[in-house]
Amino acid sequence: MVLPAGLWLLAFLVIPLSFMVSLSLQTGNLVDGFRQTLHWQNYADGLSTYGETFARSLWYGLLATVLCILLAYPAAYWIAFRAGRRKTMYLFLILLPYFVSFVLRTVAWRQVLSDNGPLLGPLRDHGPLPAGFHVLDTGFAVVAGLTYNFLPFMILPIYVALQRIDPRTVEAARDLYAGRAQAFGRVVLPLSLPGVFAGVIMTFVPASADFVNAEVLGGPGDTMIGNVIRAEYFESGAYPVASALSFTLTAILLVAIFVYARTLGTRGVLEAAR
Amino acid sequence: MILFGFNDVQGKQNFRWEGFTLEWYARLFDRSDLTRALVNSLAIAFASTAVTTVLGTFAGLALARYRFRGRRAADLLLFMAIACPELVMGASLLSMFVTFGVPRGAPTILVAHVMFSIAFVTVTVRARAVGLDPAVGEAARDLGAGPWMRFRLVTLPMIRPGVVAGALLAFVLSVDDFVVTSFTGGATVTFPLWVYGSTRTGTPPQVNVMGTLIFAVGVLIAVGSARRTFRGRDAAGTGTGSGRAEPQADGTGKGTHEETDGHRRGR
Amino acid sequence: MRRRDVLRLSGAGLLLAACGVEGRGKSVDEGEFWTGKSRNGRLRWANWPGYMQDDRATIKAFEADSGIGVTYREVIQEMGPWFGKIQAPLAAGQSIGFDLMVMTNGIHLERCRRLGYLAPLDHGRLKNFAAHAGPGYKDPSYDPGNEFTVPYQAGITGIAYNTKYVDEEITSISQLFDPRYKGRVGMMSDSQELGNFGMFLLGIDPEKSTRADWERAAGKLREQRDSGIVRKYYEQNYVDAVSKGDVWLTMAWSGDVYSLTSPDVRFVVPEEGGTIWTDNLCVPVTAENPVDALALMDWLYVPEHNAPLTEFVNYITPVPAVRDIIARHAAQATGEEKEDLARLSESPLVFPSEGDMARLRHYRRFSQEEATEYQKIFQAIVRGA
Repeated sequence: MVLPAGLWLLAFLVIPLSFMVSLSLQTGNLVDGFRQTLHWQNYADGLSTYGETFARSLWYGLLATVLCILLAYPAAYWIAFRAGRRKTMYLFLILLPYFVSFVLRTVAWRQVLSDNGPLLGPLRDHGPLPAGFHVLDTGFAVVAGLTYNFLPFMILPIYVALQRIDPRTVEAARDLYAGRAQAFGRVVLPLSLPGVFAGVIMTFVPASADFVNAEVLGGPGDTMIGNVIRAEYFESGAYPVASALSFTLTAILLVAIFVYARTLGTRGVLEAAR
Repeated sequence: MILFGFNDVQGKQNFRWEGFTLEWYARLFDRSDLTRALVNSLAIAFASTAVTTVLGTFAGLALARYRFRGRRAADLLLFMAIACPELVMGASLLSMFVTFGVPRGAPTILVAHVMFSIAFVTVTVRARAVGLDPAVGEAARDLGAGPWMRFRLVTLPMIRPGVVAGALLAFVLSVDDFVVTSFTGGATVTFPLWVYGSTRTGTPPQVNVMGTLIFAVGVLIAVGSARRTFRGRDAAGTGTGSGRAEPQADGTGKGTHEETDGHRRGR
Repeated sequence: MRRRDVLRLSGAGLLLAACGVEGRGKSVDEGEFWTGKSRNGRLRWANWPGYMQDDRATIKAFEADSGIGVTYREVIQEMGPWFGKIQAPLAAGQSIGFDLMVMTNGIHLERCRRLGYLAPLDHGRLKNFAAHAGPGYKDPSYDPGNEFTVPYQAGITGIAYNTKYVDEEITSISQLFDPRYKGRVGMMSDSQELGNFGMFLLGIDPEKSTRADWERAAGKLREQRDSGIVRKYYEQNYVDAVSKGDVWLTMAWSGDVYSLTSPDVRFVVPEEGGTIWTDNLCVPVTAENPVDALALMDWLYVPEHNAPLTEFVNYITPVPAVRDIIARHAAQATGEEKEDLARLSESPLVFPSEGDMARLRHYRRFSQEEATEYQKIFQAIVRGA
């Protein structure tokens, strides 16, 4: 049953990616062409030049993921347990903004966060904010944008996992004199962990690799590694360097997720499975 | 966004309020390229969602249920599909298509969208299917159900929320994709591509109008499906189960069923 | 993850590890290219959004005049991604699906020229270009003798500022470096645009600049960034920011400011200098209908054909005679349309004055090595390194 999906990924992900792996070890330039020289230095250079940018990307990705959990869990919980029969409708409504192009969404964000926009304008003119205060073009705006853009990737899996929980198990816990918090902590939360786990992967990974939010909402000090990869590829035409940076990023994310799964994820997944 | 669809702009830049007008609604399809881009986007998104949901559902189920050789490789593959930056996916696909002389267009966009959406559907379905009681399926087999029947009547209802959620994700991923599409699209333009390009010379109000309409149609569908569900519930009586592992019980399964059907039809 | 799995996955990669990426295509001889080529009655044209009337009036007129059917697609969003998209097929000698495209002069156009990706133009078939193109648009430094390109539209890079917030007159690039505008200055992220302004500040003509000049300019720009003057490095959306007051003054393109129609935002060509850039019509070397492409290029240089396009696009037209035609249209029109056309024909942003033109410089051309070095120096500033 895995075969069709696996073959698809093999044909359209692994095989083309192997071109890029090969490319990441080459030297040369666009005009004279690139030659395979097994130049591992591309990786070392990338990591040493952009170490700080890598760290910033992971940090922003992590912040966005945590914020996503904090926002998504209550929302998913409410839909799964309190929304009654209109669950699908609410899910659909939450997703609706994401059917509209990200360009329009981020532009809308710029409108909202603008210095003289509906949010900050009045606060600065009549309130506590100092004159130079701004949100737009700061790291804060980038993280907010990431959180907003990747929220559905957290809500949906958590909802799916919560939805599976039979309310009767919660009732049973209450009958056994578990308090509200205890019932949640001992029953609901562990059972929903596979969803959180899936959500973390689907949020943290693409958020760390994102470039749109930093580009549109960030300032001079907020560049993420996605922006660097994009510039190396499109502007400099340094295809090997861009490829090497991409695989370095993929490897770092792989290790991060592996560590995460080891420390809490897997146990949660396995226990919830029983 | 909605507001600026009504903006009576004179120049080409649309972000300063200049008065109310319905003109842009009347002239919605004036820009043939934009209209074509929107149609392309929607067609590709629907096709991609359909293919991805089928492939991803089976993969997710298999990964949740069975231990088999290559499982770890499959995990790694899925992870790669999520972790790989879009730009690398797009660039590598393009170089493969060029190497094999495949002309770029809507089919190659579709292939690419399915590729990067599969992992998301698989992971979502698996999160649902992990730990479902296999005994239910066995019981069905004991009662003489064939594999297809078991899937349709037992497994699918159990994992339906996961499948629906996965399908929604696949749709969102496809309809909003920019980077991979721009590489694999050749001469085909999708909505995000067009809108992005137009920022250089001024995004026309029609874009806002289209966004608004997508939004409005979505709300109507959601509300419509909710009303249908209500009627479904009145007919089936009220149930308290949540749909876990008791598919054909007490009207809950039926409710969920109608709910999803309703919104599929509507879209 | 076990080692075996990794090996299994990377096996396919090693198989392909031998292939390199093609560089230079074969350089094409002009005579050779055009022999045996004739009109096919078809043309596929790739352009930027917003570069043609909503109702495609200009294309329809061309189709009626020439009998050539045009497939027009707004597929070009930015030069970098566009080059990334056409590079692989062109290097492999495959069609990119278009016979005509519009590219901005700069690093990517230069690459296309050097890589042999463009068809050398047959000027025997471009009589109207010879007759009607303005002197500033013939034989440009980025394409001597118009060997591969003719201009479609041009624009100026200068400074836009919002008079609601800036209470002095802005005339100079040095004002972009003034600490009183801390956190209120927008710069462009494009390394050529950014570098040019750094050099103008130091009194260097970018077109004749050397490596040492780049370093000095980069030093100034880094100072400007580190002292917090720069609010953001913009790719495109500075117009929105300056008209709302998020930034008070910013590097800007003339056409954007013209189409803003805001009384508060003003555009100036700085006294140190500004750049003029050109979006150019060119034919990919793998075009299937190159003769039809030439026919369109030439047709657009007839002033009467070009005027309606300029009335819509609002950038600078390479056909100076268009100005009189627009003025005539304005005289014939009534009401709002009359005002719009009159404003257009008198606008220094669309028809720059002699004085402005004298201060304008072109982008520098780079060899491959220079381009790499130049970009390394200036991209580091944008990326915060």
